[in-house]
Amino acid sequence: MNNKILLLSVIIGLFTGTGATAGPEEDRTAMLEYYTGRFPDVPLQEFANGLYAFDEIAREQWIEMEDFPPYEIAIEDGQALFEAPFANGKSYADCFDNGGIGIRQQYPYFDADLGEVVTLELAINQCRAANDEEPLPYLTGDLAAISAYMSYTSRGNTINVKVPQDNPSALAAYESGKQYYYTRRGQLNFACMSCHVQSAGLMLRADRLSTTLGHATHWPVYRAKWGEIGTLHKRISECNSQVFAKPLEPQSIEYRNLEYFLTYMSNGLELNGPASRR
Amino acid sequence: MRRILIISLLASLIGVQPGLADDDPSPDATTRGKAIAFDRNKGNCLACHAIEGGELAGNYGPPLLLMKVRFPERADLRAQIWDAAVNDPNTRMPPYGRHRILTEEEIDLVVDFIHTL
Ligand code: HEC
Ligand code: HEC
Repeated sequence: MNNKILLLSVIIGLFTGTGATAGPEEDRTAMLEYYTGRFPDVPLQEFANGLYAFDEIAREQWIEMEDFPPYEIAIEDGQALFEAPFANGKSYADCFDNGGIGIRQQYPYFDADLGEVVTLELAINQCRAANDEEPLPYLTGDLAAISAYMSYTSRGNTINVKVPQDNPSALAAYESGKQYYYTRRGQLNFACMSCHVQSAGLMLRADRLSTTLGHATHWPVYRAKWGEIGTLHKRISECNSQVFAKPLEPQSIEYRNLEYFLTYMSNGLELNGPASRR
Repeated sequence: MRRILIISLLASLIGVQPGLADDDPSPDATTRGKAIAFDRNKGNCLACHAIEGGELAGNYGPPLLLMKVRFPERADLRAQIWDAAVNDPNTRMPPYGRHRILTEEEIDLVVDFIHTL
């Protein structure tokens, strides 16, 4: 298909997204086709490396940074926190499938009983609540470290987010996330897709813009600019602030729905978190 | 001088004569307009556009040159900056006027400057 028509269908697809024919799988295929058409030389799994998939110079610096991965301490801290028993003697391992090892690819999922999307970070605090522990803050710190350890044990596993077709609420959550991605906001009036779909690969000042494809593979991230490890919702807040839109609460329903959509778009890619970014 | 030559060459190629327009702004206005356009907290146009005299420009939008050729009417250029969505609903350019990112006076000064490019 002509790339311009494809872009239009990716853009317009979203406004007609609630129609009968378009579904998550059609959205994902359209995205995939759009980006592989736009970056024909980039192997699919490379999109998991964000802008380093197609910015040669930035990639060299990134590979150097990866010689001494700045997120390594977070993985160690996270493992210690993960294994430390709660006051009641239980631990995180008791809350998760397979003792919490190698399971990130199942998140986020739609919890039919709760009627909401559950992300891994939310599940960590759900586990704490179930064991009478205080919740941890969602953006950085201990929770990000635990998430980093859990991602680390899941490296190489293929993202496999499901939107159960027989559950209209799950589909509605996905649609709301998609809607968020395509809605303009903030004084500068940008949608997420203005930058990461329409302008992927271009430079915004000194920043090469990455693709939606791969946005959910590698969290949490150690960012040089942050000087610490942070979660996906921290990054999304920052993208909101950049256009002078008010960020939502981390792990708000809207952000979780957004993560549901975003992660679905990366279905089929391998997890490679935690990661480093500049 | 060389730039002017190139421009008039290009312009004559596409059949437009960039003469001195009647409404040529004062040098003071274009200097002030340039400062607003380049200021990261004002126009920040360089985040997206290469503009002569500006450094570290992005390429999110097209380079701004041959503006009198692209926009013979000053009003059309102003409209593009005031709200690019009028020309193209899928635009990726911020609506400087509609969202009050710049004041009307600042927009006028920026237009004065951009029209000289
Ligand atoms: C004005 C442009 C702009 C908008 C709008 C924008 N972003 Fe970003 N985003 C960036 C820039 C610049 C970066 C850093 C460079 C990169 O990785 O693309 C970034 C990075 C990201 C990353 C990290 C990529 C990685 O490899 O780790 C994610 C995820 C992301 N954005 C999601 C979003 C979401 C979700 C929205 C909407 C709520 C959004 N962005 C809106 C400019 C934008
Ligand atoms: C965040 C990105 C961004 C910023 C900031 C931005 N622009 Fe743009 N601009 C664009 C894009 C993208 C286009 C291409 C057309 C479109 O998408 O509407 C454009 C198009 C234009 C055009 C039309 C060019 C042509 O030849 O048709 C002019 C003139 C222009 N911009 C001027 C400005 C000025 C002046 C400023 C600052 C006050 C500015 N822009 C800031 C993204 C931006």
